[in-house]
Amino acid sequence: MTTAGVAAGRQHVEDFLYAEAALLDAWNLDDWLLLFDHDAKYEVPCNDALDGDPAHDLMLIDDNYTRLAARVERLNSRRAHREYPHSRTNHQVFNVRVGGSADEISVSASFTVWRFRGGRSNCYVGRYRYRLRRRDGGFRIAAKRAKLDMTDLRAVADVAIIL
Amino acid sequence: MSTSIHAAQMPIVVDDPAAQRFKVHRSAMTSREVHRAEIDRIFAESWLYVGHESEIPKPGDFVRRPVAGRPVFMVRGAETGNINVFHNTCTHRGALVCRQDSGNSKVFQCFYHAWTFDSEGRLKGVPGRDAYSGGVDFDDLGLKRVARVESYRGFVFASFDPGIVDLPDYLAGAKDYIDLVIDGCGGSVEMVRGSNQYSFAANWKLLVENSFDGYHAESTHDTYFKYLVSIGTDLRGGVSGRAVDLGNGHAVIEYSAPWGRPVAKWEPLFGEDARTEIDRLRADLVTRHGEQGARAMAEVNRNLLIYPNLIINDIMSVTVRTLYPPAPDVVDVTAWALAPVDELAALRHRRLDSFLTFLGPGGFATPDDIEALESCQQGFASGGVEWNDISRGMGRVPMANDEEQMRAFWRRWQQQMGNAADLAGAQ
Repeated sequence: MTTAGVAAGRQHVEDFLYAEAALLDAWNLDDWLLLFDHDAKYEVPCNDALDGDPAHDLMLIDDNYTRLAARVERLNSRRAHREYPHSRTNHQVFNVRVGGSADEISVSASFTVWRFRGGRSNCYVGRYRYRLRRRDGGFRIAAKRAKLDMTDLRAVADVAIIL
Repeated sequence: MSTSIHAAQMPIVVDDPAAQRFKVHRSAMTSREVHRAEIDRIFAESWLYVGHESEIPKPGDFVRRPVAGRPVFMVRGAETGNINVFHNTCTHRGALVCRQDSGNSKVFQCFYHAWTFDSEGRLKGVPGRDAYSGGVDFDDLGLKRVARVESYRGFVFASFDPGIVDLPDYLAGAKDYIDLVIDGCGGSVEMVRGSNQYSFAANWKLLVENSFDGYHAESTHDTYFKYLVSIGTDLRGGVSGRAVDLGNGHAVIEYSAPWGRPVAKWEPLFGEDARTEIDRLRADLVTRHGEQGARAMAEVNRNLLIYPNLIINDIMSVTVRTLYPPAPDVVDVTAWALAPVDELAALRHRRLDSFLTFLGPGGFATPDDIEALESCQQGFASGGVEWNDISRGMGRVPMANDEEQMRAFWRRWQQQMGNAADLAGAQ
């Protein structure tokens, strides 16, 4: 890719990531799920094993598409007590870097996800790593991994929201 | 006359078998005096879980972590091979000597003045030693061991109380249940890499109750059970079992449940390939422990409390979880996954999958437990209602969805805390 091409690619990727963040912040999880290919993965490793492999390491989240859909269904219901009523969230994405091939784009980005509920605030800080595929003039997510920079979850209690 | 909602009430636990009523005053969860007394009377005078021997297999391997809020570290001695648990503080002026969460080292050097200790705790290096006159005995300035350290089946416990009873006596009836967990895993287990360290705004004893509360599962975890059904688990068998007081505050609920167990109860979710291995594991348990023993290990679930703050839940996965209260309304949870060594990859994957989905803080159940317990703590602040009711199942043979296991905990808690008159006086 030329430098100009990389820049244009990054702009498109950034627009995609911002749109994804907006869907999450709007709790429009059904449309958010449409961003994922059916063989996609969504992973959050444990704070003390950031290179964790779900085949043999404990993870915080290791969703294939089926479980991701179940996660959305759960969070849409009134019985996901931790998130009913929903937190107000603000997903912030920055330091976006784009690489990979024409077929599959690899993206790394920093994130800050703020979560507010019941007078309290939590902040998740970390790095995203995406694998994106070009589809219908846009992108589909093949993999999303959110690595938390916090050394533990003591300040945030859980990962009940989607990062 | 109104009373402070935080004032300790006397007695805190009311156990009335004749009336089949068991009540706990809510100041047990809110009072600063009660919390301070718990640190002195319970956490300083119990056996507390430090870690698992499999975490430090080689000489010089170490892990550091707080035990009852106190920084300690556990290291396998390079010379003796013994498990040493030291107070993590330099004997010179106090700095931490172990400043990494885990690793391997023959020496532990305090960076402040470079005093250096070996893995057996001996003081080996003091820069400028000739500046000290004869009054300092360097042999006496080795790392301070935690007063008592003993292991049971690979679980390392420590106590800050030098006079505490030996660990096997302390564990009482809980020993048999630890045996079931370990023997069920074929006798040899390890901690899986990756841990869950989370905290939330509720009293620690609410999580003790919640960790073996069969009564809440259906109402609190509706979304989890829906998920299980969606992936093909047949829930029609339901849950049935009993609660057992194991002595010294330890207790267990043991029950059959519809979900599969990697050792050794197959369900379709595991796939046909895993079926052969699960059949083999079960047959192996029958050979070693007989049909009855094998059934107890393979098919029966158990949620076990080792008093005061260790939970071992052997369900669709095995979690080892410790609790500690840095404040009356905060609990620090640290949780690990325990698994058989040399487990078939597919079963290990399924075990971890079940762990993170049900037991993990990013799963479909634990966040809702956290919400429930924080909600209780918030409810206590309302006042008006002074007592929690823990009477369920009194007057019958206690079932797994009763509250006898919680009463066993609370009785021992009350015994250790004393009659609380001194707490009431501290208002």
